[in-house]
Amino acid sequence: MDINFSEIPLCNLTPGQEAQVRAVVGPGRGLRLRLSSLGIRPGAVVRLISLGPGHGPILLEVDGTRVALGRGLARRILVSPLRPNVPK
Amino acid sequence: MSQNKLKIALVGQPNSGKSTLFNALVGLKAIASNFPGTTVEILRGRAFISGKPAEIVDLPGVYSLFAEDPAERVARDFLLRERPDLIIHVVDASVLSRSLSLTLELAELGIPMVVVLNMADEAEHKGIRIDRQKLSEILGVPVVFTVASRGMGLRELLSALPKAAIPKPPVYSPPVEKAVSALLPPAEGSALGFPPRFLAILRLAEGKDLPEGIREELRCKGEEDPAWILAEERAALAHRIFREVAKVERAKVGFREHLDDLLMHPVFGYPFLLLALFLLFFLTFKVGGALEGLLLPTLEGFSERVREGLGAGILPEALGGALDGLLAGIGIAIPYLLPFYFLLAVLEDVGYLPRIGFLLDGLMHRLGLHGKSVIPFVLGYGCSVPAVLATRILEDERDRLLTAGLAVLIPCAARTVVVFGLVGRFIGPGAAFALYLGNLLVVALLAYGLSRIFPAVGPGLILEIPPYRLPSARTTVGKTWLRLREFVKVAWPLLIVSSAVLSLAQALGAERYLDLFALPFTFPLGLPVQAGVPLVFAVLRKELALLLLGQALGTEDFASVLSRGQMLVFTVFTLFFMPCLATLAALGREIGWRRTALVALGTTGLALLLGLLVRLFAALV
Repeated sequence: MDINFSEIPLCNLTPGQEAQVRAVVGPGRGLRLRLSSLGIRPGAVVRLISLGPGHGPILLEVDGTRVALGRGLARRILVSPLRPNVPK
Repeated sequence: MSQNKLKIALVGQPNSGKSTLFNALVGLKAIASNFPGTTVEILRGRAFISGKPAEIVDLPGVYSLFAEDPAERVARDFLLRERPDLIIHVVDASVLSRSLSLTLELAELGIPMVVVLNMADEAEHKGIRIDRQKLSEILGVPVVFTVASRGMGLRELLSALPKAAIPKPPVYSPPVEKAVSALLPPAEGSALGFPPRFLAILRLAEGKDLPEGIREELRCKGEEDPAWILAEERAALAHRIFREVAKVERAKVGFREHLDDLLMHPVFGYPFLLLALFLLFFLTFKVGGALEGLLLPTLEGFSERVREGLGAGILPEALGGALDGLLAGIGIAIPYLLPFYFLLAVLEDVGYLPRIGFLLDGLMHRLGLHGKSVIPFVLGYGCSVPAVLATRILEDERDRLLTAGLAVLIPCAARTVVVFGLVGRFIGPGAAFALYLGNLLVVALLAYGLSRIFPAVGPGLILEIPPYRLPSARTTVGKTWLRLREFVKVAWPLLIVSSAVLSLAQALGAERYLDLFALPFTFPLGLPVQAGVPLVFAVLRKELALLLLGQALGTEDFASVLSRGQMLVFTVFTLFFMPCLATLAALGREIGWRRTALVALGTTGLALLLGLLVRLFAALV
């Protein structure tokens, strides 16, 4: 795995893309802990499954579970996209 | 509670199958109890564990004991104050790595524990192989596999309970350990019997008035928030344990994984959502209509015979009224609420409800609510009482308030009787349907308006989407019963009392005064004066409005005495008018009495306003 260090908001990934969480920006501590208990914490690898319509929520896979996150929240989670080092 | 009875607490994350296991252990004899001061439910049940009576307590699902959400606080307070003799820690084996963080938190309590790796089949499906023996050695407690939904592994669990052991507490990094031991003495001195180390960690996590030295010590870890440091270290430890005990092979990708590509699709998901909701209502009315046809003649015959036996007089009238209320409870609960809540429980157990939340989050967000608010609204089409109670699933207080206040405007089964009996029958089904759509539109506009005044502060949606599961009959029936019991416990007694009051008022000839009392409503709305009593008593029992209107006007053929406009005005007013007493009682419990009074006033004003608008509109057309 080759890590791209550019950080982008989680909701800017394309569906199917994997990324490593870098930081969770801004939210209160309760929220950061809640995300962390769902496995969304710096260092974790997540995969975007789909983007809801319009400003709808995003669907994410993390630790083998699926989590829906509101779009506003997804914007505050910064990730670095992962690329497989052998292009297919 | 007797001292020698074993007290066993079930602790686990949401969706771990805790409730299924609870139902399997105690059957349906559970008693719901509210923990003082909060509204997150703790379920208690009885069972025999190796021949001895035991109390089994199902705590709300929690991700962590150190979070400040209502569910988490209730669970933590229970564990500290009531100090169970034993913890059955239910873990969804398919998300073991994440769940072990909670396991490590529980290990600090010093209470004997058994770890249940539930949904073992699910883990296998995902290609996760867990070495149970090794996990047991690391944690120092017995570990058993179960598939609670199919009753597998229950016997192993029961035989493991006597072997329950106090788990080994986790060891944090040296700076954290140092901070914890520095916090130990005061904790030990202040609390009786509470685990001192747990209290020290709790105090550290809360981070309030920590001695400066401790802050300084932790700061060199590069992070400010002690709760975060603790969570990170536990997560790292959990992950290490996971790697030691589990092997992850290739997951089987099957039908279930692809189902979401369709059901949660940004476009195609919606036709399926509409279909699911249509089926929910259609089947409810089909089954309900059939059941009502069977039940009603029997109930009416019974009521008539008892009334004859009671004879005439004030007291027999009141008793007869109480009996009518009792029978009306059966008449509503069994035909309509039972199938509705059963079907809803099926949707919930299959895992579709969170998907509805996902699909509608965008829309709800624009209205200032979020995806999870949908569930109370859908429940509201059955009875407003369970709808109000269901607002507990929302974490944010502002979201809970708005959702509860708006969910009572959704026409419940009783109000449906009025809509169909008056507008549907005498104007046409199209008009009745239009009223339903209009109702949704008003609720949406209100939500939009209210969210301008009270902007959303909540973080937005965070919702775990569990895999699809085949519902187990036991859990589905249990859930149906829980919702139905909310109606039986809160709404039914009030139904009985208000029917008695109503009969008494009629026997005493109080109608005339009540009509006068309601004049401020009936006059501006252009309704006959006699419509006053039905409107007033609709607060007691909404479905009675129509029956009473027939009595007051002396005919059931409403078209002969009321204009179409009047029928529409009466129905619209009944739809939006103050929630019934039972709902007000539920609201009072959930959001407080002052706010409940506001909801009552606001809905009354709204009903009057909308009634006037409909009158104006009808006069123009």
